[in-house]
Amino acid sequence: MRRVSKITAACAVTATLALTASACGESSTESSGSDKGKMKIGMAYDVGGRGDNSFNDSAARGLDKAKSEFGAETKELTAKTGETPADREQRLESLAEGGYNPVVAVGFAYKDAVDKVAAKYPKVNFGLVDSVATAKNVDSIVFTEEQGSYLAGVAAALKSKDGQVGFIGGVDLPLIKKFAAGFQQGVLDTNPKAKVQIQYLSTGSDLSGFGSPDKGSAAAKGMLDKGADVIFAAAGGSGAGSIEAVAGKKGAWSIGVDSDQALDPSLAKYKDTIMTSVVKNVDGGVYDLVKSVKDGKPLTGTQTYTLAKDGVSLTTTGDHIKDIQTKLDEAKKKIADGTIKVKTTT
Amino acid sequence: MKKIDKERLLLGIAAPVLAIVVAFLVTALVLAATGKEPFSAFGIMFDYGMKSDSQVYILNKATTYYLAGLAVAVGFRMNLFNIGVDGQYRLAAFFAAAVGGALTLPGALQIPLIILTAVIVGAMWAGIAGVLKVTRGVSEVVSTIMLNAIATAIIGYLLQQGRLGHLDEAGTKISTNPIPESSHFFEFPTTPSPVWGFIVIAVVAGVAYWFTLSRTRFGFDLRTVGQSGSAAEASGVDVKKMVVTSMLISGAVAGLVGMPTLLNDSYEYSGDFPVGIGFTGIAIALLGRNHPVGIALGALLWGFLERGTGKLEFEGYDKEIVGVIQGVIVLCVVIAYEVVRRYGLKRQQSKVGAELAAQAAARNNDQQEVSA
Repeated sequence: MRRVSKITAACAVTATLALTASACGESSTESSGSDKGKMKIGMAYDVGGRGDNSFNDSAARGLDKAKSEFGAETKELTAKTGETPADREQRLESLAEGGYNPVVAVGFAYKDAVDKVAAKYPKVNFGLVDSVATAKNVDSIVFTEEQGSYLAGVAAALKSKDGQVGFIGGVDLPLIKKFAAGFQQGVLDTNPKAKVQIQYLSTGSDLSGFGSPDKGSAAAKGMLDKGADVIFAAAGGSGAGSIEAVAGKKGAWSIGVDSDQALDPSLAKYKDTIMTSVVKNVDGGVYDLVKSVKDGKPLTGTQTYTLAKDGVSLTTTGDHIKDIQTKLDEAKKKIADGTIKVKTTT
Repeated sequence: MKKIDKERLLLGIAAPVLAIVVAFLVTALVLAATGKEPFSAFGIMFDYGMKSDSQVYILNKATTYYLAGLAVAVGFRMNLFNIGVDGQYRLAAFFAAAVGGALTLPGALQIPLIILTAVIVGAMWAGIAGVLKVTRGVSEVVSTIMLNAIATAIIGYLLQQGRLGHLDEAGTKISTNPIPESSHFFEFPTTPSPVWGFIVIAVVAGVAYWFTLSRTRFGFDLRTVGQSGSAAEASGVDVKKMVVTSMLISGAVAGLVGMPTLLNDSYEYSGDFPVGIGFTGIAIALLGRNHPVGIALGALLWGFLERGTGKLEFEGYDKEIVGVIQGVIVLCVVIAYEVVRRYGLKRQQSKVGAELAAQAAARNNDQQEVSA
């Protein structure tokens, strides 16, 4: 009894000490200085980071372009799975404190963190990709994914022989649902008799649907068996599985996402079956922000990168959509002038 | 008597210390193999980890980890492997966030209500595994890990526009309604950033764990069942009831795991609510040998290592290195405990042997004296 109570007392004292100690002592942010002159760009990626062949990579391209053009110094940090909001704030704070300006956060998960940290560092310019922040010194970079997907839907409906097309979403996140909604609308506007199969590979916080080519392949095979001959996979790394499965069926097309997948070396074998890819110009958004900071007129508020401004577009590698280009341009024009309003939810 | 206690204490401390030292040595080798200078990396980590804002970060992280460790430890003490802490805390936090976002009661009422919701949901979810085990003989390892996946699916289904979720204006993030400011948990106003008030609840939970297990009849029964179910049954313990009860308690504590994040940090449950803390809890319970103080130290160490990662990455080291340290520590801990346990056993045996020999010698002497 006595022994245990002694230990308890000891640990209580240690805990109290630890608590009081935390209020004093040097803070890590006080000791670091920031040097002026050279431009320093900080990037905070979402899970996956540089090399994900998806939107993190797209952001990285924008960074690389700005880096070589302005001779800037860069620092890239990447999120881990299982992070708390505090971890994301910490990441942004360490960049802001380290003298990096602008600081770009890639991914909507950073929204709350950007709001908090931007308020704390009003003189630093922040960028936030895929979400809208409320703080004033933030450039919110958002895309009209549904418009690009609408065009993909138009192309799918025109290329499909019997109007059976499929959509594979990685995870049923709102962002992916925007792709699904636009695609479905584009297909049905072009061919009202068409049938769109929609499937998500995983749900909610289970993000495995973005990284499981086997699941993508299984889903695509199921759709092909049901008669689909064009499949659009907005599923990150799982899309490769879908593209592979589609290549196994003669006359079937796949539509890629995020980057031009026909140019992806790992998919080179299947490039003749990749009709087009819906790309999001994240690199352009990042570059615009860096340039604006360089010019002393930092972008703030929401920059919406639309189809009309080439913020989202279809790739033309392989010239597979050359024959329907006029119809695509027509649809693009209608979206641009507002004749067609693309839905963001299915 | 007192001497033996001291020795046991020393042996108890030897294992984790040995494990951590070996883990750092192995990591140093890994760092050296990647062409980086290992000691400067440790220097950076320690230097940075001791800063005042790092201390706050570590305490806040450890609060969550401590609760996760406790939840797992309750099961371990009973010889139950609750892998389902992960699903339990997420489901609990989700429903707690939904309740918290739906109501606007005064904080004094609403905060306990939110916490109670989490505790009940966590307990019920773990209870399913307990009931399955005693009625159908389903291994809790299998059922809890499957319940994790089901919890993910349930949250995925309910966290949708029009159900319990709402979309933000950019249309990319879906979350429960935010909990009103009056129901945010208090914070200690430390500088530069506050320490989460939930640390108090974690400490209370730790004391309650210690008291229940070592100072009550229930705790005694629980440990007995953990050591030998048949022996416990023979001495009149209702083993089935104990299994269900301890699963309920484990789940209830698991329900608290998400609360520091929910009530002190995010104030809502969204798709990016932290996942996987239940598994971290297993490592921490192992590290802390299911002892309330040991788990606290394990949780603090984990927080410290994670704090260090951020800085290492900033300094150009591979951030995966901390994952390596953590993995190696857990491995080393398991090995070190076994080594120390065997050493202790051998020591005890030789000691008992020596005592018996001395006794026998003394008896012989006596006999000789008598016969003389």
